[in-house]
Amino acid sequence: MSDDGADAADEADETDAAPPTDRHYAEWLDALADGDGFALVCPEGHGSLPPRRVCPECGAADLSREPLDETGTVATYSVVHVPSPRFADDAPYATAVADFGPTRLTGIVRDGGADDEAPEVEIGDTIAVDVGERATDGERLVVFRPAGGR
Amino acid sequence: MTDVRVAGVGLTPFGSHSERTGRDLFGEAALRAFEDAAVDRADVEELNYGNFMGALAEHQGHQAPLMAEAAGVRCPATRYESACASAGVAVREAVRTVAAGDADVVLAGGMERMTNLPTDEVTEGLAIAADDLFEVRAGVTFPGAYALMANAYFDAYGGSREDLAHIASKNHENALPNEYAQYRREVSVAEAMDAPPVAEPLHLYDACPITDGASALVLVSEEYAAEHDLDASVAVTGTGQGTDRMALGDREHLARTPAADDAADAAYADAGVEAADVDVAEVHDCFTIAEVLALESLGLFEPGEGISAAREGLTTADGDLPVNLSGGLKAKGHPVGATGGSQIAELTRLLRGDHPNSEHVPEAEVGVAHNAGGTVASAVVHVLEVAG
Repeated sequence: MSDDGADAADEADETDAAPPTDRHYAEWLDALADGDGFALVCPEGHGSLPPRRVCPECGAADLSREPLDETGTVATYSVVHVPSPRFADDAPYATAVADFGPTRLTGIVRDGGADDEAPEVEIGDTIAVDVGERATDGERLVVFRPAGGR
Repeated sequence: MTDVRVAGVGLTPFGSHSERTGRDLFGEAALRAFEDAAVDRADVEELNYGNFMGALAEHQGHQAPLMAEAAGVRCPATRYESACASAGVAVREAVRTVAAGDADVVLAGGMERMTNLPTDEVTEGLAIAADDLFEVRAGVTFPGAYALMANAYFDAYGGSREDLAHIASKNHENALPNEYAQYRREVSVAEAMDAPPVAEPLHLYDACPITDGASALVLVSEEYAAEHDLDASVAVTGTGQGTDRMALGDREHLARTPAADDAADAAYADAGVEAADVDVAEVHDCFTIAEVLALESLGLFEPGEGISAAREGLTTADGDLPVNLSGGLKAKGHPVGATGGSQIAELTRLLRGDHPNSEHVPEAEVGVAHNAGGTVASAVVHVLEVAG
């Protein structure tokens, strides 16, 4: 894969840009970067991430955009030492799954420390969500930052 | 509904065959299956073939007709894809086709070619079994996803890396006499503990190898077996399949695999057996933690109890319930699109008594095979029984 919809959307007027094939993901990432991260929530309270026509849990079609909690809680994590090529210069890095109210998000934990070390992470840590860039190729990705407390 | 008999099984040796084409690998497995079955190729009515990443590894889509040629059969042929459960779903559809009376003879199995790619490209290829937008782009690799599950398991139930190392050691020991296994070499618990990390808490010996190989099964109806006086003493008596949310983070519990619970419940109900009846199991241990999750989904151990089963000797070759006597994916190898078929081939040999490890289960009547795709967003379970 040479590109994703996120950057393609920003570079649509450049002749060498790939078509914006993942528009809903790119829009969701834009919202996250602006501090307006959201989940799609059905009347039953099931949260999911876009694009959705129906709730994946119950099939309800009336989904509303609900803000993510300001901070999340690490549900599980792993420090990855053997990356895929797209993360070659990022490893070792810590991937985490975190609860953000209506839904969970998966991202990379960064604490601003040395590039060659993955930060210490524990289940139960409080983290905030942001959008960062992959060290390997500059692609945007979901980043978690320590927000105090565990 | 008719009984489905396993007339013949065939495998290639699992390992590195980087210069052999997929069609050659599947052709070999099919040839062995026909030799084992003594069934006329002309009687095959369908080919169900599993493959995951052939488009990446061999630049070859539309593989089913190619594999029909390789096997020397002329019949409707279809490729099934369900990540690492690709052969499992291919076999399941073959079982259902024969059980429904729609065909008397079906060839099922799968093939994967992986070692012709560099390791990082295989890592990338396997990662696409996860959700590209919300997992892969967030750095989730295939080992990384199971590492997330392992840490969630440790947090929920306890357990340690050493417990996992006992699973690796057990499965490597089981592979020693298996002529089809990729790694016929002992790995001690200490050696597994000392290996470099892949995705913590999983280290090198928690992971299955990268493998080329193929599997093939000749499945026939009970009536066909009787008419042709086949020696087909093992029956597939139950099949079940389950599906879960694609992304690990979207599941209710990060340390359980409900898709496999559902597959097991359906397969046991189909066969009319219970977990307590199972004498021997082949489960999808792509990573050591996956064996734990499989045993708990199959109802063979309560949640939280599977982690210590190998360490306590319950699932070793001389334990009450031997698990992965083939060596498992861990030591026998994991050509992903072939694995589901190879598990049933191994279980058939164990129940027939012609597997090098059959001596550990001389009285076994009921076996179960568990095949998973992705982080168990897909799962297939089959029950095999000695039919006499």
